[in-house]
Amino acid sequence: MNNKLYGNLIFELSKEGRKGYSLPKNNYGSYEIPAAMKRAEDAALPECDELTVVRHYTNLSNNNFGVDTGFYPLGSCTMKYNPKINEEVAAMPQFQNLHPKQPAVTVKGAQALVTLLEKSLCELTGLAHFTFKPYAGAHGELTGLMTIDNYHRGRGDMARKKVVVPDSAHGTNPASAAVCGLEIVEVKSLDNGQVDFEDLQRIVAEQGQEIAAMMMTNPNTLGLFETRIPEIAKLIHDCGGLMYYDGANLNPMLGACRPGDMGFDVMHINLHKTFSTPHGGGGPGSGPVGVREGLQDCFPFVSPYQGNYAVMMRAYTYILSLGREHVKEVGPLAVLNANYIKESLKDVYELPIDGLCCHEFVFDGLKDKSTGVTTMDVAKRLLDYGYHAPTIYFPLLFHESLMVEPTENESKETLDGFIDVMRKIAEEAKTDPEMVKSAPHTTPIGRVDDVLAAKHPVTTYRQLQAENVQ
Amino acid sequence: MDYKYFPHTESDLKAMMDKVGVKDLDGLYAQIPDAIRFKNDYQLPSEMSEIEVRQLFDKLGSQNRQMTCFAGYGVYDHYTPSVILSLLQRSEFLTSYTPYQAEISQGTLHYIFEYQSMMAELTGMDISNASMYDGTTACAEAMMMAVAAGKKQNKVLVSDTLNPDTRKVLDTYALHQGIELETIAEKDGVTDIDDLKSRLAQGGVAGVIVQQPNAVGIVEDYTGFAEACHEQKALFIMDSVAADLAVLKTPGEWGADIAVGDGQSLGIPMQWGGPYVGYMCCTEKLIRKMPGRIVGMTKDNRDQRAFVLTLQAREQHIRRQKATSNICSNQSLMALFVTIYMSLMGKQGLKEAAELSYAGAHYLCDKLLATGRFSLVYDKPFFNEFLVRYDGDMDKLFSTCMMNNIFPGIRMTDGGLLIAVTEKRTKEEIDFFLDMLKLADGLK
Repeated sequence: MNNKLYGNLIFELSKEGRKGYSLPKNNYGSYEIPAAMKRAEDAALPECDELTVVRHYTNLSNNNFGVDTGFYPLGSCTMKYNPKINEEVAAMPQFQNLHPKQPAVTVKGAQALVTLLEKSLCELTGLAHFTFKPYAGAHGELTGLMTIDNYHRGRGDMARKKVVVPDSAHGTNPASAAVCGLEIVEVKSLDNGQVDFEDLQRIVAEQGQEIAAMMMTNPNTLGLFETRIPEIAKLIHDCGGLMYYDGANLNPMLGACRPGDMGFDVMHINLHKTFSTPHGGGGPGSGPVGVREGLQDCFPFVSPYQGNYAVMMRAYTYILSLGREHVKEVGPLAVLNANYIKESLKDVYELPIDGLCCHEFVFDGLKDKSTGVTTMDVAKRLLDYGYHAPTIYFPLLFHESLMVEPTENESKETLDGFIDVMRKIAEEAKTDPEMVKSAPHTTPIGRVDDVLAAKHPVTTYRQLQAENVQ
Repeated sequence: MDYKYFPHTESDLKAMMDKVGVKDLDGLYAQIPDAIRFKNDYQLPSEMSEIEVRQLFDKLGSQNRQMTCFAGYGVYDHYTPSVILSLLQRSEFLTSYTPYQAEISQGTLHYIFEYQSMMAELTGMDISNASMYDGTTACAEAMMMAVAAGKKQNKVLVSDTLNPDTRKVLDTYALHQGIELETIAEKDGVTDIDDLKSRLAQGGVAGVIVQQPNAVGIVEDYTGFAEACHEQKALFIMDSVAADLAVLKTPGEWGADIAVGDGQSLGIPMQWGGPYVGYMCCTEKLIRKMPGRIVGMTKDNRDQRAFVLTLQAREQHIRRQKATSNICSNQSLMALFVTIYMSLMGKQGLKEAAELSYAGAHYLCDKLLATGRFSLVYDKPFFNEFLVRYDGDMDKLFSTCMMNNIFPGIRMTDGGLLIAVTEKRTKEEIDFFLDMLKLADGLK
């Protein structure tokens, strides 16, 4: 990675008259686009030769940090290794050139893969059917909730518009419910991080007839397994609601426990987390939704084709590569890695809830708060040492949340290196707090002014140029 | 562990388990109730080596037929410059997460800023977000955005000339959101402005959605639409194929408040439906109503120009149940794809590709009409996609083409054939397609 910023924009490399493309000659004779159809001015796009474009994006990439660059312990994001064979398969021309409306007889191979992937996901989750239409995890949540809403509507039960969500949930959960036209009821967490079963009983007693579903991750966002899940599922089912499993934290469950067996009826999977498809700087993901037998007729039409098909090809490649022998090792190794870091650091970082965690755990900042060094500062200082930061200030249950998820792919040496650096930063917080507070020092840029960006938004090159003129 | 993705040796495992205080890996799950532990073997294939994985996909791939594509309907077979596929594999782009840590994500943040700038230029709008999943969901987000911006207005009018798949996605979102959708009638293949006006006059309309070129490829005349919408305080939303806007009158020029659509036409392979990239652009005054990520310019503490995710107060992870969109990720890598495409093709290349598509489609159409066996369903201007009626046996025509590895177009429910031509289709391919059509016609 660069330690000096490559800061150009492609527009700044443009020069009138340069070109970076070649197209066949127009030999159709004279077909002029009528003036009435046309835009008044050309779009002010850059004009660059091919090498300039290649160098520009190569240099930009060097400002970035990826899983291939170094350890990426970003909690709740499951930044595991993205195998290269997945990419090779997804780029096969026999799949890339298929139009989604081609007649079925011409896409038998493409369709077969969908069936094979569905079968695998059913086996891994204990559910009966999957739809691949959702393009991402959040889209999957929405699709799953729509499925549940359709189920209740289909039974003529129009009163069920409430979704019970733990207060530790990902922000996407309540947002998805809102977009689905459903109302959120928050259930409290206990001091041990688990759902407060008595609070849930109270909610069910008061509003049971209005509950459409309960939405949970398990393990939850603290990385803790919800041990009372069978009772929770029974309570919700008995009042007529369905159980929704947010698959964001599915990774540690591979080889350990299936959502269907926990009592969940509907779930989504983030293929870009558990099944190793690359995050791509924020997408494309894929969020297939699985259901129990009988609910598949309630799937909504949330996209026209098979979702992000090329992402599905990568996920299936990963499942095949692991096979039944190694899929079941994914969860245990991810859990071992997380617990190993936790146990190695809990004397210097505040661990609010002790005990075994699953794939991730949350510290509430440094143990010694007297230095004034915050979780933000620790995260930024980690960048100086060549690590991506953990997830910070989430979950909202603690003030200084610092959430670490190592994944199963990282070696003991990598974890030990990270542990050493985390301890070193804790030491630096005491000896040189100002240096930690002003980190990072070795990255292409320093800390940015978020307020300036939001107060006076400049979001296009055209606006940027106007600024420069002023 | 004896496996390439797991680095743990026996001694590593032992040392780590000792530190954690468990006897074996099973001990890590002591907290899970025994009744729900999964103790069987997964019924999955046995592990495959790369050689075997390749063989399996080669076998599946051989069951797909490679066709010369004359179909569109929102997805087009455009040319992909080789530079893109190579740059997209830069793992600093490919294997990174959402750029929350701006200090080590300037690569992603720079290209998103470029993407936003280019999409705003292409659509003639003020601003763009950092991308959406695809065109259909982008349109649904625009519908919800209009309702959220319209306060008490809960009705959205949708032209009957909108792509039916997009409409189905709108119907889904509207049903659950409680948004009332009404259809604006079609007349001679285009949106009926009189019907629009009378529906607007009934009040309560938050937004109006039209498509350009429309579902059957017609370039509609939207003169007066924006004014009619704005008189009734409704937002005017235009859905377009991105690449076409290199030459067509832009949503901005038509007076749209929101421009949405799919960016697949900017060189993204069809790959059986995805991933593509949706775009959403709007006027400056709507910026705080826009869903999805937005990247803005700022400075760092070393006084360098830098870019950062901004206006996050709009987003789901802050607003939670008060959010009007649950969009979390964007389609970042595909946004990079089209950004590199637009950088390479540039101002001239995008136009040239559009002109080639236009010329190829009109050449093919003229030749079809000249046979006397085909006629245009609507006598309206089109861009690179057109709807013809065939005075003969369509089944035979279609199957003759398919036998010769030509996907001749989309068969519409009314019996018409919707044909699209891009710059990727050569004159030779078009002439061969014409020969096959004549052959099928002669065989009748």
